[in-house]
Amino acid sequence: MYFGLSEDQEFFQENIKKFLDDNASVDVIRKIATDHPEHQKDIQEGLVSLGINSLLVPEEYGGLGLNILFATAVSQALGSGIAPSAFIGSYVMAPIAILNGGSEDQKKLYLPDVASGKITFAVGFSEFIGARENCEIIFKDGKLNGRSIFVLDSSDASHIMVADKDGKIYIALMDSEGLTKNHLTTVDKTRSFSEVVFKEVEVELLEKSKDTLNPIQKSIDAGRVALAADTVGAAQEMINKAVEYSKERKQFGRVIGSFQAVKHMCAEMTADLEPCYAMVWHAAHCIDEDEEDSRFMSCHSKAHTSEVGKAIAKKATEVHGGMGFTDLLGLHYWFKRIGVNRQLLGAPEIIREEAAKIQKLI
Amino acid sequence: MDLNYGPKYDDFKKEVKSFCNEYKDLRFVDSSQSPLASNGKGKHGPELTRANWQKLLIERGYFARSVPKEYGGYGGDPDIIKSRIIATEFSKAKVPSGMGGQGIDMLVPTLLELGTEEQKQKYIMPTLHGEMIWCQGYSEPNAGSDLASLQTKGELIDDEWVINGQKIWTSTAQYAQMMFCLVRTEPDAPKHGGISYLLIPMDAPGIEIRPLVDMTLKAGFNEVFFTDVKVPATNIVGNRGEGWAVANATLSHERGSLADPNATMNRINMLIDLMKEESIDGKKLIDIPVYRDKLMALQGKVVAFQSHSLRTLSSKINPGQDVKLGKMIQKLVGTELRHELEGFAIDIMGEIGTLYEQSPLLRDGGSWQFIYMYFLGLIIGGGTSQIQKNIISERGLGMPREPKVKDN
Repeated sequence: MYFGLSEDQEFFQENIKKFLDDNASVDVIRKIATDHPEHQKDIQEGLVSLGINSLLVPEEYGGLGLNILFATAVSQALGSGIAPSAFIGSYVMAPIAILNGGSEDQKKLYLPDVASGKITFAVGFSEFIGARENCEIIFKDGKLNGRSIFVLDSSDASHIMVADKDGKIYIALMDSEGLTKNHLTTVDKTRSFSEVVFKEVEVELLEKSKDTLNPIQKSIDAGRVALAADTVGAAQEMINKAVEYSKERKQFGRVIGSFQAVKHMCAEMTADLEPCYAMVWHAAHCIDEDEEDSRFMSCHSKAHTSEVGKAIAKKATEVHGGMGFTDLLGLHYWFKRIGVNRQLLGAPEIIREEAAKIQKLI
Repeated sequence: MDLNYGPKYDDFKKEVKSFCNEYKDLRFVDSSQSPLASNGKGKHGPELTRANWQKLLIERGYFARSVPKEYGGYGGDPDIIKSRIIATEFSKAKVPSGMGGQGIDMLVPTLLELGTEEQKQKYIMPTLHGEMIWCQGYSEPNAGSDLASLQTKGELIDDEWVINGQKIWTSTAQYAQMMFCLVRTEPDAPKHGGISYLLIPMDAPGIEIRPLVDMTLKAGFNEVFFTDVKVPATNIVGNRGEGWAVANATLSHERGSLADPNATMNRINMLIDLMKEESIDGKKLIDIPVYRDKLMALQGKVVAFQSHSLRTLSSKINPGQDVKLGKMIQKLVGTELRHELEGFAIDIMGEIGTLYEQSPLLRDGGSWQFIYMYFLGLIIGGGTSQIQKNIISERGLGMPREPKVKDN
């Protein structure tokens, strides 16, 4: 029995952290966030060369053939360095949706190109999770009409994968006739989100999503666990920064880290976050093992880490005092990443309701 | 990640399951002094005294598993996975586990590690069998969180320790035959270096026990006063002046045992049952969205804590795995979570949740109120939540200690 990450997984995390340390400093992130979003592409390419795009593609389709736990470990590392790159949509949710929803031909068509980096998917499943007004996705006679908001990882994607409210998944080329992509500016500039409008767009239906919810649910479960892990990574980094700062900053003739008020905030953040590691890994493992509990675990992981992440984002900023509020330290990039993670693929209240449904409490 | 315990544990698990099945309706024929103790739930199941149940558990290796046979244990190799399987299966089947108490949870491990052969022979077996009950003499009126400043004095005179002073928060002192006690024996040594760990018979002349009623009105603390109490010089564990280290060995046992994730999971399942039964304005509580959302948020915390316990378990089996911070947070997280859970159950019952002791309207025997208060005691006892936060930040995160106040 071993409960934790393997040496391989930790090694991969280290590689990512090192890459991000070298290439995605706060200064670079700031550049991307303000006037040079094109730098995002360089970083994404670097991360792809490390293999983040092919983790979940099976070896027979040219990928690394790793599992969700592995992707979760990677997500944690990307979160800790607030990687300005596509990942959860393009490289977690999309391959899982194709693996579970694609016909053999569709798998052969898409998966090798995802693994080689030739194509990238943006993912728009918001309508299935919680439809907003005027966003209906309608499929008729091979053509798609409607609007999908909050399409993940959309900036450089060659393809889009979109779901209607019945959980059917459609694929289209991003440059299809009738498709318009409008960038959505969120507080988090490290990742890209779009609204995509479809007018008589020719699409392909993922074969098995026609009559079962399994593909979309598997994809969302994996996406939620990966988002939870991203939050865990980002929250840990915020704690680390707060602790470090508190050991340097002096007031009243002593470092502020010697005040119990500050120490207790740091201890509380740690006590809140520490169990989240186990929870997120456990959820990923349940999905990998196709356990009965996997949806339950994935819902709770996403909802719980969102709550913990929110509290840590606030407290860690407070430990930095006024400096935490400035752009100088760039701490707010982590704050915002955690804030956006919380809302993606279902805010906590929505997901907790889903957890109750899974247990037949509703 | 590998959550399988391996084939060699499959048979063991089956064996424990079938034992639990056989005794799932066990009923005790004698009462217990602990208000937390289960009486067993069966009407038609086997009937046993608590002492006989204890002996049966030891005989089967479900209690005191790794304590050597010669001291009254089962004599198995230490096997954390087997212990975990036992705890999990017993908890699932709601079969009462063996007796707890400070003698079993804290003194026995301490004696096994640091006691003399004679002490092991004399004390461990009757303690495991529930024939010798212990109380813990650590805290004093002026030595709570700052335990090492304790002042109860022990002087070695003619081969006997002569003890004077006072202890407080002494649970079960009124039933106990023995006390393990921290006493200042080296008045000139530094604070932590002047303490010894002594074993004191509670019937020794000069001991006076005064009950200290706590907020639950049930749990039963005491104050214990010592006036020229004499015990043999050999009643010391470890060397003179090493009592602080001896006590720390046991404090870690206590902190681990205060917050059992299996028990927490059982309680949240009971809470779900309660919400399915209770209603307000004709609506089941589980059907009220606000309550349901809070329940799910709590369940999320419980699930996280249970997964966390698998991670800390794993670190005990796999020596290279470092979960230092993970272990430090357990007492804080576990006791606070349990208090929150029990308190939420009271909230959803509203006025009914305030009933206590005896009432026909009482739910679940009044356990929600009792445990709610009891866990506030556990949040404070065994190192308060605030002390835990100091430990996490100082020893875990390397933050500096609060500077000492200079006396004027």
